Amino acid sequence: MHWWSTGRRSSRTTARRSDGQAQAKHGMSTPAALVARAAQATPAGVASRMRGLSDRAIAWLFVAPTMLLLLAINIFPLIWTIKLSFTNYRANRPNAAVVDVGIDNYVSVLTDPDIWLAMQATAHFLFWTILLQVLIGFALAYLIDRKFRGHGFWTTMILIPMMLSPAVVGNFWAFLYQPQTGLFNYAVSFLSGIPASSFEMIGSVKLAPWAIIIVDTWMWTPYVMLICLAGLRSIPDYIYEAAEVDRASKWRQFWSITLPMVLPFIMLAVLFRGIENFKMFDMVNLLTSGGPGSATELASITLKREAFEKWRTGYSSAFAIILFVAVFGLANIYVKALNHVKNR
Amino acid sequence: MRTGISTAHSVVEPSARTRFAAGAVVVAYALLTMIPLVWIILTGFKTPPDSISYPPKVLFTPSPQGYCNLFTTRSRQTPEYIAALPPATEICDKVARDDNMVVAGRSNYIPRFVNSLIIAFGSTVLSVGIGVMAAYAFSRFNVPLKDDMLFFILSTRMMPPIAVAIPIYLMYRELGLSDTRLGMILLYSAVNVSLAVWLLKGFIDEIPREYEEAAMVDGYTRLQAFRKVVLPQATTGIVATSIFCLIFAWNEYAFAVLLTSGTAQTAPPFIPIIIGEGGQDWPAVAAGTTLFLIPILVFTVLLRKHLLRGITFGAVRK
Amino acid sequence: MKSMSKMLPGVIALAAATVLSLTGADVRAQDKTITLCWAAWDPANALVELSKDFTTKTGIKMKFEFVPWTSFADRMLNELNSKGKLCDLIIGDSQWIGGAAEQGQYVKLNEFFDKEGIKMTDFAPATVVGYAEWPKNTPNYWALPAMADAVGWTYRKDWFAKPELQAEFKKKYNRDLAPPKTWTEFKEVAEFFQGRMIDGKKVYGAYLFTERGSEGITMGVTNVLYPMGFKYEDPKKPYAMDGFVNSPDAVRGLEFYKALYKGSTPPGLTNAYMTEGLDAFKSGQVAMMMNWFAFFPGLYKDPNVGGDKIGFFVNPSDKAKGVQLGGQGISVVSYSPNRNEALQYIKWFANPDVQKKWQAIGGSSAAKAVLNDPAYPKSSPFAQPFLDSMDMVVDFWAEPSYAQLLLSMQKRVHDYVVADKGTAKEALDALVVDWKKVFKDDGKAK
Repeated sequence: MHWWSTGRRSSRTTARRSDGQAQAKHGMSTPAALVARAAQATPAGVASRMRGLSDRAIAWLFVAPTMLLLLAINIFPLIWTIKLSFTNYRANRPNAAVVDVGIDNYVSVLTDPDIWLAMQATAHFLFWTILLQVLIGFALAYLIDRKFRGHGFWTTMILIPMMLSPAVVGNFWAFLYQPQTGLFNYAVSFLSGIPASSFEMIGSVKLAPWAIIIVDTWMWTPYVMLICLAGLRSIPDYIYEAAEVDRASKWRQFWSITLPMVLPFIMLAVLFRGIENFKMFDMVNLLTSGGPGSATELASITLKREAFEKWRTGYSSAFAIILFVAVFGLANIYVKALNHVKNR
Repeated sequence: MRTGISTAHSVVEPSARTRFAAGAVVVAYALLTMIPLVWIILTGFKTPPDSISYPPKVLFTPSPQGYCNLFTTRSRQTPEYIAALPPATEICDKVARDDNMVVAGRSNYIPRFVNSLIIAFGSTVLSVGIGVMAAYAFSRFNVPLKDDMLFFILSTRMMPPIAVAIPIYLMYRELGLSDTRLGMILLYSAVNVSLAVWLLKGFIDEIPREYEEAAMVDGYTRLQAFRKVVLPQATTGIVATSIFCLIFAWNEYAFAVLLTSGTAQTAPPFIPIIIGEGGQDWPAVAAGTTLFLIPILVFTVLLRKHLLRGITFGAVRK
Repeated sequence: MKSMSKMLPGVIALAAATVLSLTGADVRAQDKTITLCWAAWDPANALVELSKDFTTKTGIKMKFEFVPWTSFADRMLNELNSKGKLCDLIIGDSQWIGGAAEQGQYVKLNEFFDKEGIKMTDFAPATVVGYAEWPKNTPNYWALPAMADAVGWTYRKDWFAKPELQAEFKKKYNRDLAPPKTWTEFKEVAEFFQGRMIDGKKVYGAYLFTERGSEGITMGVTNVLYPMGFKYEDPKKPYAMDGFVNSPDAVRGLEFYKALYKGSTPPGLTNAYMTEGLDAFKSGQVAMMMNWFAFFPGLYKDPNVGGDKIGFFVNPSDKAKGVQLGGQGISVVSYSPNRNEALQYIKWFANPDVQKKWQAIGGSSAAKAVLNDPAYPKSSPFAQPFLDSMDMVVDFWAEPSYAQLLLSMQKRVHDYVVADKGTAKEALDALVVDWKKVFKDDGKAK
């Protein structure tokens, strides 16, 4: 039979025993009971030969490639980044002497007013994009769930913006936002009567942050809509029917049934969009280059300038670690809240 | 099961009026958000002067110049030089000569598109392939430190790509993986595998263990049970996961622009820098964008049912 | 394990390939291809044409990698820093010389020049210092001056010639409507055209560089700062910037640029550099446009605004003269595996006949053989303004840390001029603080 079935009996019999115990824990549902009985009925030798590679070995074999890849491409570089953050290394001067500067880089980052401005811009972007996308996404999902004729087709149409490359989207919207030659200003003036040349989206310090929010919302509302739609569809009909029996008004049904049951899904959407928009770089960089001035310079754009234009590798490594810790910490807290909501 | 009460506006079966109203709003939203997309597609068929006309032109004479410019490089010549050339046979030659230009060769768009295909599909296959194995192990076995490893896997997605790019840049420089397709496939796979493991674990968790156990009673090894019983059941999940991984790798920009140059550059860093004479060649950019969207569009539309199922990945239903 | 006999053919093939590749080098030089990296603009297309002569003469084929200006520095510096082998030759910006020389990214060319008899005295002195030398004003050459360039101005000659406009202007300002010679005159002309209806369309006075991401607004504002008295440092004391970068003259210059931007330019150009300027001028939006001389041959040939409709003038002066230096030198990348072929290209390019052809085909030669030729000033309407400009060019810092210095100035100037933050004095004071920090980190100043 298999070449590995010789010489490994002892570990396999152990595995079989532990599996048997696991099955017993699962309770006496018929298939498991059947299997347990079958296992006991089979002579040990035959059983061990039939198992092939031991479960333990398979577990490690299956997990290993993923772990190795992550170790090589994620963990090792992360450790390297941490090490770099304590030095003054510059990647464009590999021959220069590298000096250990302790926590100087961290102090510089945390006391730099420009970094705080970037964090503010990022927070503003995060807050409004998530708020708008959740409101519009949920509303869309709710309306689609009314199952009007052709809703499948229109749902697919709505999904298309999300399939574009964010970088290409940013580049093209810069074209659309041009006050003289772009479509956006003319469309707005057509719909609302405000003259097209009286405002400029990506040129004005006040409007540029909204310009990027609009584009992000255009792209990702379908994503939130999908998640909310899955949530709405997971609510079984009988709950609503029971509420009807109790003469609950539609409004009441919405607040007591729909919203609470969709809430975990909404929170999940918020988590994913939040993490993605915290990292946002390509769309905004191609749309505004972080301008005008630094009005739309998000954290990632500042990081890219420090790391790949000024080549202050040590300094930018410290900034990267700080960002990572911030996201990690916030995500941790949020996931705990999410689990709390899921389990109530 | 209905009792005697029957309301005209049950939530479960909304009235025709409600449905119409809902439909109207959704269709309006869809049309509104389609406008920029339609504009992109239309711009692909304009001539460069038409694309930057002020005010913007909604009606225009279509021209293949955008697509021609996308696929060729041209140089400007004097009219006398052009008159002396043999007559143009291909359409792009004709279009160029009308503008006093001569086609000088092929542009880099197709090589970049091919790179995108290789890198995106390659990394999707790799990440979903090893991801489904790891997901199975996490789902079925008591791997030591399982919860820690799972959270660690999720947290690898939290670093901004620029932050990850700094050490990867240095590492690839030393290893000679800068600007290689292999390097990009490995990188995208590493980024996607965390999502793949999480999504697929959710799907595999939902497949009752009893099926594999029964198969193993019938004489299958664990590996065979995995291949013949679990994987077919997990098809929806695998397809949904693959779509997400593919979309990410296909559209990725930050890593591509920092770590690739001439050999392994994909389309997203290439399209925004298509320059015409002086300004950005908007028809060519629009043409490039439209063509780049098509594979993902086709893929997603064909598999849209799996997509809807996939985004919840069971983690929330528990 | 496969038996040895199965592996033997593979080993033999491998060995054969290795031997062939080592010995076949000379034979195969005839099919060699080298890659030249530059920015994607009109002169680059001209160079493609010109290089066909090189291929005819040496049999070495040319491949080109052109990147638009806004991503050129990013992409190419990234390439050099990652020891990339994409480029054999690179026509790099003048400011990269410091870093590339000190990090061994460019090949030092002194030996090659001596061997081949290429003399730096054959090229305009400003271009040698600007594009080839590091440290500046020392005979260490890292590039051959390839593209002489500076910022210049175009104007709509046909509009300036309209009799009704001439009459109105004369009445208002008591002088003829003509290309301005000083910045005060410039402001008057720009304001005169701002918002005017010409040929049924609203037009604007001037086009200025305002780009934020790479170098645009700095390359624009310096053309006002230099004539008004801005200096990078004390001429007697290197890296002493107080009172020179933020002198009252400099403050005045920066305020002037902002006033021009706010009052005399088309709307929406908050992040605009070379290509947007060409678009604005070609579509008839502005009366005067700032841009690099490199584009002027193409503009002169433009069917819509070229020929008789276009005129050129040199950067206006104030209490002094000065204009921003552009231009690039061509260098050999030290990581290139085709160094000899690349050097052959440089040898070919330095030839005076090739330089003359380069000038004729749309490039901008830095060779004295071209610039000092008596026929040169008449060769085109922008030739004389170009010569005048080359006499007064000033370059930005070319230090190894130039990117930090440049990005700092980009931020401070853009924040003040476009984003309305603070005053000009505050912007320049902050700039001095930024620059001091950079030099301190470099160990060049205390």
